[in-house]
Amino acid sequence: MAALRSSSAARLFGSAASRPAFRLAVAAPVRGFAQLADAAQESQTASGDQKARIKTFQVYRWNPDTPTEKPTMQSYSLDLNKTGPMVLDALIRIKNELDPTLTFRRSCREGICGSCAMNINGTNTLACLCRIPTEVNAEMKIYPLPHTYVVKDLVPDLTQFYKQYKSIKPYLQRDTPSPDGKEYRQSKADRRKLDGLYECILCACCSTSCPSYWWNSEEYLGPAMLLQSYRWLADSRDERTAERKDALNNSMSLYRCHTILNCTRTCPKGLNPGLAIAQIKKEMAF
Amino acid sequence: MRLSGLQKEVVGLYRQCLRECRKKPFATRPHFQEFARHEFDKNVKIDRRDFAAIEFFLRKGRRQLDMYASPGVKDIN
Repeated sequence: MAALRSSSAARLFGSAASRPAFRLAVAAPVRGFAQLADAAQESQTASGDQKARIKTFQVYRWNPDTPTEKPTMQSYSLDLNKTGPMVLDALIRIKNELDPTLTFRRSCREGICGSCAMNINGTNTLACLCRIPTEVNAEMKIYPLPHTYVVKDLVPDLTQFYKQYKSIKPYLQRDTPSPDGKEYRQSKADRRKLDGLYECILCACCSTSCPSYWWNSEEYLGPAMLLQSYRWLADSRDERTAERKDALNNSMSLYRCHTILNCTRTCPKGLNPGLAIAQIKKEMAF
Repeated sequence: MRLSGLQKEVVGLYRQCLRECRKKPFATRPHFQEFARHEFDKNVKIDRRDFAAIEFFLRKGRRQLDMYASPGVKDIN
């Protein structure tokens, strides 16, 4: 969570810096897409540093319209002084200024939607929460999520992932109505059990970093789904706990987790799917 | 002729497509058959050793089949 908070603070700062540029763009509408660049430029002039910091980004490219061509890595060079602090800013700038055919998913640019999950320098993370390292000589490698079918460039096919999400029935299941006909209430202690579970945004970073999920993605649910399963098992208002446990009680769905803990290391939201899986295993055992 | 695993999958998908055609209304059935045939013909030139491309088209074909097999689809052009 600490990482998330510091990066959202950085975002706040970034938007504050872009405000004067917006005014500038209104004055001279020809500038168009270069607003962000202007903002960075301006802040740089303020600090008095004018040396260009060119960084190279290697991006995975594959086009489904020409499927007989092999996937390639394409290099793009950007001046970091004119780019926002996050990898997503760099990607958006590449798309706007260098190569409009580059394809990737993005939406909220603040780590709440989970669209821009990708493999950056060998780690699954959200592009919007990942800072660009400032050392200029090192290249940055950007791939789609590993072991997913690629739709195009950096866009992974998450059909299987969503199918599995559907299979765990991620909604409140109850038969008895609440005593006063209003909402189902919950004690503060019960609510606290859901902290660290409900924040999951289903970005698929953890599942696609799990070797066990790579080899058994058809049957093993993967850390993201198991975290969600536990979110509903731990919910005091849910009345189908037994059925939910029953659905997990086979050799594949849950017990393919061998506590590799790549999920916990990679989670861009700082959650702990490994712990949630351990809790499920514990509840199933006793 | 002995077919490889991948070839069997392609033939299997084609047969499945034709079988799904039979569930469509009699009047528009030829449209579906022609469409399925055309989709396969489009990529008939692909090198038989280009496994990545063939697997991609298999996935694409299965997705298309799922979509067109839904009972709401009555005709195709």
